[in-house]
Amino acid sequence: MRAVKILSVTLITLVLIGGIAIPLSPVPQSWFEFPVIPGLEDKARNILFHVPIAWTTVLAFLVSLWYGIRYLRTKDLAYDLRSVSSAGLGLMFCILATITGSLWAKFNWGSFWNWDPRETSIFVLLLIYGAYFALRSALGSDEVRARLSAVYAIIAGLTVPFFVFVLPRMVSGLHPGAKGDVEGSGPVVQFKMAPNMRVLFFAGLIGYSLLFVWLLNLRVRTAQLEERADGQSE
Amino acid sequence: MNALTQTAALVAKDVRSELRTRYALNALLMFVITSVATILFALREDPASPEVLGGMFWVVVFFSAMSGLSRIFVSEEEKGTALTLQLIARPTVVYFGKLLFNCGLTLILTTAITVLYVLIFPQFTVQSVPIFAATVVLGSLGFASAATIIAAIIAKANTRGTLYPVLSFPILIPLLMTVMKSTARALAGEPLVSALGELQVLVSYVLIMTGGSFLLFDYVWKD
Repeated sequence: MRAVKILSVTLITLVLIGGIAIPLSPVPQSWFEFPVIPGLEDKARNILFHVPIAWTTVLAFLVSLWYGIRYLRTKDLAYDLRSVSSAGLGLMFCILATITGSLWAKFNWGSFWNWDPRETSIFVLLLIYGAYFALRSALGSDEVRARLSAVYAIIAGLTVPFFVFVLPRMVSGLHPGAKGDVEGSGPVVQFKMAPNMRVLFFAGLIGYSLLFVWLLNLRVRTAQLEERADGQSE
Repeated sequence: MNALTQTAALVAKDVRSELRTRYALNALLMFVITSVATILFALREDPASPEVLGGMFWVVVFFSAMSGLSRIFVSEEEKGTALTLQLIARPTVVYFGKLLFNCGLTLILTTAITVLYVLIFPQFTVQSVPIFAATVVLGSLGFASAATIIAAIIAKANTRGTLYPVLSFPILIPLLMTVMKSTARALAGEPLVSALGELQVLVSYVLIMTGGSFLLFDYVWKD
């Protein structure tokens, strides 16, 4: 966990400093210059923050789903604890991704919210996990809560392919890869990033993912300590 | 008794108990009338475009379904018959029995709304009957498949009424977006081929939801 902490802090610091400080240049000469992308300009820097955060959101929800399935198979409440901790972190990253994306949309597309397919998807993700926590608070015993919330997360997860693969093809959108994008190639966007930006981009992906691992570990350990403290006081 | 006759017996039992109390059917139909009347009050002055009416159609279906479809499992919990049912029937039988009943209920619901709509709104002219019929039937099946498993989950919770639409809505969004689009096509009178994409999405939605619910129902149903 020590290595995770150090690596995560180093990488995120690198992305923060590099992403903000590296100047733009129409014809980049050295590694210390970003190319100017017409229409994006300085706003292109957000890709180093918005995309890794959105990626971590998905990662957190997948981890939560995975532990939910593990719980259903083993009936071990430790997995449920992991699942719900990860879902909570996913919700936090999801809100951050919505905010960074919405700000970017305001300055690039002219409005905070446009109901682009990806915006619709993240809205649904917020709704699903809002509902997930509402369901958990309405269930009495630990076992029932763990079981039914895991089932709900899986059922909700079944709709994900529609948002990732079907919806962007049906509705025209603003994100890269949407229907009507000449260079779009479906959900997988072709990489045309400058090499130095690409390094920072992947540093961001890894850095935020490790931050998630660290936070998840902290949350699980805190919850375990709380449980033990409750046991002692009784 | 094999699984098929057991399922049939379960559906027959639910139909009989529904016909005695008419709880779900009355609630659904009254809800339909109430919400259509609300739309009428809202639109009194200016006639709405077919596209808006097509969207409203599914808004009415969504909220009416949310008022009645959870009954199927909630009533078992309330009457205390859930445990007996767990003893005498396999979970698969229970799931498909309840699903079939809800499918029937949703089809009655959408048919009633269609009739009301055609009678009340002169602008609601279905130009392409095949698209509309396919959308309504597949949409109803999709609604029932998602609503049934959520109803099973919700039956174990304390705040059932409010939680039901909250849990169902995010899952129904892909279905709602697709049926609204294909209803708009039906009202615009496009040929059946143009709505093929939407209809394929609807079929896959029904299959995915039913398959997923079938696999997970054991965990929901057994205490």
